Amino acid sequence: MKVKVLFFASLREQLGTAGEEIELPVGVATVAALRGHLARRGGPWEGALAEKKNVRAAVNQDMVKPGAPIRAGDEIAFFPPVTGG
Amino acid sequence: MKISVQREDFDHGLEVRNLYKHAGAGAVASFVGIVRDVRMTLEHYPGMTENALRKIAEQAATRWKVMDCTVIHRYGELAPHDQIVLVAVASAHRGDAFAACEFIMDYLKTQAPFWKKEHRAEGAAWVEARASDDDAAGRWEPPARKAS
Repeated sequence: MKVKVLFFASLREQLGTAGEEIELPVGVATVAALRGHLARRGGPWEGALAEKKNVRAAVNQDMVKPGAPIRAGDEIAFFPPVTGG
Repeated sequence: MKISVQREDFDHGLEVRNLYKHAGAGAVASFVGIVRDVRMTLEHYPGMTENALRKIAEQAATRWKVMDCTVIHRYGELAPHDQIVLVAVASAHRGDAFAACEFIMDYLKTQAPFWKKEHRAEGAAWVEARASDDDAAGRWEPPARKAS
């Protein structure tokens, strides 16, 4: 299935991209699985998305927990903890 | 309810006065967040930001008697002493206005997708989230139920 992935702030800078459309292999069906899938690209991906890194996620613009399911056509965003206000 | 995510500055006095007109309103509480002594860039997640702020304001309205509220948050380049954020709440009495205003600010700090990057002489750096902000939002959550 195809999804849209977005990156913000320090994550966007580390990865050198604001996002992409990506075709996911079967079995990548949660936010955590997608994060692991991207981290396995190695290099900056592994560094920025490693499990020990504090990365938050949103699915279709709603903040979610790592176990949240993802579906074809979803917009999934990864970003560091927010610092507004 | 007015929710705005904008590059431009806002008029605090005007925004607060706009909340006076509600029948029965006896109090307006407001908070303004300003930039400390460092230049910064504020990034946000267009679309999600507005939704997140609206949800936080709606949550406040379910917990306190909120007649109306205004939340404005800026993004882009900001200079020392610039205004960043305004939260203003109109209510019948001060208690609800104060509490709802503080609740909206505390949740905004941990739930609204904004990120600050500070520009100092030694270089630019993203601001790290603070655990104290999570603590501030957490104190509004209902106490955990005791095991029976």
